[in-house]
Amino acid sequence: MALAIGCRARPGKAADNRTGSWRVFRPAFDHEKCSKCGTCSLICPEGCILEDEEGFFDPDYAYCKGCGLCAEECPKEAIEMKQEEK
Amino acid sequence: MVDKDLELFDCGHRACGGCGAALAARLVLKGAGKNAIVVSSTGCMEVFSTPYPETAWKVPWIHSLFENASAVASGIDAALKKQGRPEKVVVMAGDGATFDIGMLCISGAFERGHNFTYICYDNEAYMNTGIQRSGATPYDASTTTSPAGSHSFGNKRPKKDMPQILAAHGAPYVATGSIAYPADLMQKIEKAVNTPGPCYVQLHAPCCTGWGFEGNQTLAIAKLAIETGLWVNYEMVDGKVTKVRKVVRKPVEEYLKTQKRFRHLFKPKRQDAEIATIQALADRNAEKFGIDIKIPKKE
Amino acid sequence: MLEITEGSHAVADAVRLCRPQVVAAYPITPQTHIVEALADMVANGRLDADYITVESEFSALSACLGASAAGSRAYSATTSQGLALMFEVCFNVAGMRLPIVMSIANRALGAPLSIWNDQQDSISLRDSGWLQFYAEDNQEATDLHYIAYRVAEDPAVLLPAMVCFDGFILSHTYEPVEMLSQEDADRFLPKFLPPERLDANDPISFGMYATPEYYLEFRYATDKALKDARSVIKKAGEEFKAMFGRDYRAMVEGYRLEDAGTVIVAMGSICGTIKDAIDEMRAEGKNVGLLKVRVFRPFPGEEIRQALSKAKRVAVLDKNVSLGATGAVALEVRNALYCSGVPVLDYILGLGGRDVRKKDIREIVTLAEKGSGDIFYGLRKEVL
Repeated sequence: MALAIGCRARPGKAADNRTGSWRVFRPAFDHEKCSKCGTCSLICPEGCILEDEEGFFDPDYAYCKGCGLCAEECPKEAIEMKQEEK
Repeated sequence: MVDKDLELFDCGHRACGGCGAALAARLVLKGAGKNAIVVSSTGCMEVFSTPYPETAWKVPWIHSLFENASAVASGIDAALKKQGRPEKVVVMAGDGATFDIGMLCISGAFERGHNFTYICYDNEAYMNTGIQRSGATPYDASTTTSPAGSHSFGNKRPKKDMPQILAAHGAPYVATGSIAYPADLMQKIEKAVNTPGPCYVQLHAPCCTGWGFEGNQTLAIAKLAIETGLWVNYEMVDGKVTKVRKVVRKPVEEYLKTQKRFRHLFKPKRQDAEIATIQALADRNAEKFGIDIKIPKKE
Repeated sequence: MLEITEGSHAVADAVRLCRPQVVAAYPITPQTHIVEALADMVANGRLDADYITVESEFSALSACLGASAAGSRAYSATTSQGLALMFEVCFNVAGMRLPIVMSIANRALGAPLSIWNDQQDSISLRDSGWLQFYAEDNQEATDLHYIAYRVAEDPAVLLPAMVCFDGFILSHTYEPVEMLSQEDADRFLPKFLPPERLDANDPISFGMYATPEYYLEFRYATDKALKDARSVIKKAGEEFKAMFGRDYRAMVEGYRLEDAGTVIVAMGSICGTIKDAIDEMRAEGKNVGLLKVRVFRPFPGEEIRQALSKAKRVAVLDKNVSLGATGAVALEVRNALYCSGVPVLDYILGLGGRDVRKKDIREIVTLAEKGSGDIFYGLRKEVL
């Protein structure tokens, strides 16, 4: 890739940085308890929690840093933080 | 209408896990929309989102220097006017860039009445350079340049009242918000971006690394700030307060004891006088803005 | 058409003809007449620009930065303290490759405070990555603005440019100046169409930060662009000459240089005085010549070497001093003449607006012939 003039870039390359490798704890999403409120997706600082076809939510583990905010804020306590297996 | 599913901030950015500012960036962009041209000052948000060539911004974005975002925004505003283009100019700057080093430029830009929205993500210190105090650092907070010690209780001054200062410049819309209330935040951004003239929104964005708490507590602590009256969510239209978030107030202690930057107020010894001073600040906020929900006395 | 006009007004007119869309400038002596004239033009519909009355020079250049990044041709003007206040932004603009043009009505830097002319201000920013042009008279000061935009905006360059002319001496003097018509200016300087701009239709992040892996390469690229500007200056000069007759192809210009034993090297209005002094000395049989430097950045090292390699001695006149060393132009000329065996003597003079007269030039030539140089010329020892 040629050096961009003036240190500029178009979007896209941030996705190369797989921040999921930072994780110590991993959120487990229980769809049985989930009410599809979408809070987790809204408040994730990474924006890595995505809605599936049925309206449930799951994190993209390639980017999830394991901060635990989703687990803390979920009104149905449907998310549990578990020790990451390395 | 805010499209809360609009995602204009990419994954892969390098913010700490649980970062309040990163969440603020995501929410602000949802409120501002894809026609926003973002001007960032040097700071955490700029640094964690744009190490060449990885940029997390999916809107046009520019970073120049630490203190000149408002001046750069002024120039963009002028250019868009001359070219007849519809994009909106949105500054995203931390409290350091806003309250302190950027005062010259922000005052000039607001005085000239440029059409832009200035959003300050307030994590209450110069976080990017390692947690040094700013004009937004609250009273008695311990930072690396206002550390608590045997001869000091930490930062000696209360927060500078930036919203009031910019309202005094004639800003048509000024608001404070918090990541604790995302829907409210996004609405305020949308309103600001669609109000002609220079608008200011100050967003509380707690910093787990800088304030000393676990990353999963960011929103809980943001809520406590509001519930204790140390942070007030309000709107000002043409200089007059029009809306305030009311709370059933909790004592400030409940907020202070959650963060390491206030630990010296409790350990090794409880500092009653200092806590009382902070309580008085909260009480003054409560009175000034009328935030207390009056619970009728039961007979 | 030929006009007798004050230097500032000629410059303001040239700027108007360049059609900037955004003007952001802060008044400072002796540039004030330029920014006032431009404000007047906007107020009377003669210039279709957004004129931002910024609150400081720092903001002036920052606003131009934003405007240029958003795709508008931008302009500012300053001098001395104002330019010093812009220091940080100057490096930023060059590194971000934004082709802003700025007039510098050269003035001394405080302390001590001085409103009068020398070239310390712009010379002190020679590291910044800006093109630097130095005008000998008001015609050059005017023409160099069209040339500056043309070169700065060239896709091979994309760097900002300073057009420097001596404060008061040129800015506040009336001289005959040939002004272009708007038609002619449009023929020479096309619309500003940057390859990239802030645009919601094609989002780009400007001004990212570079880790040690990349920073050196970015600096190399900027250095290369500034050096590549040499050929663009030549091309622009050729076009200008073909259209209007006046010749700006060369970065340096010789005056009675052919058989000169002593060559004076200088920049700016002082060259006019030097030319008159040379004519007098030539009439008396002395073979003195002048090498005028019109483009200081990129530095015309090769051209200087070629022009001076046969000289017996070179006397550089520096209207600046790199404190603790010597004059900046002399330092760079010496570097260009490295291993050539030509002695280079430095005369620091004219600082803070002190007049330089023909007799001073003659005296300097005498000193140079004696091998006496590297001095503050005209030092008033009785005042020390």
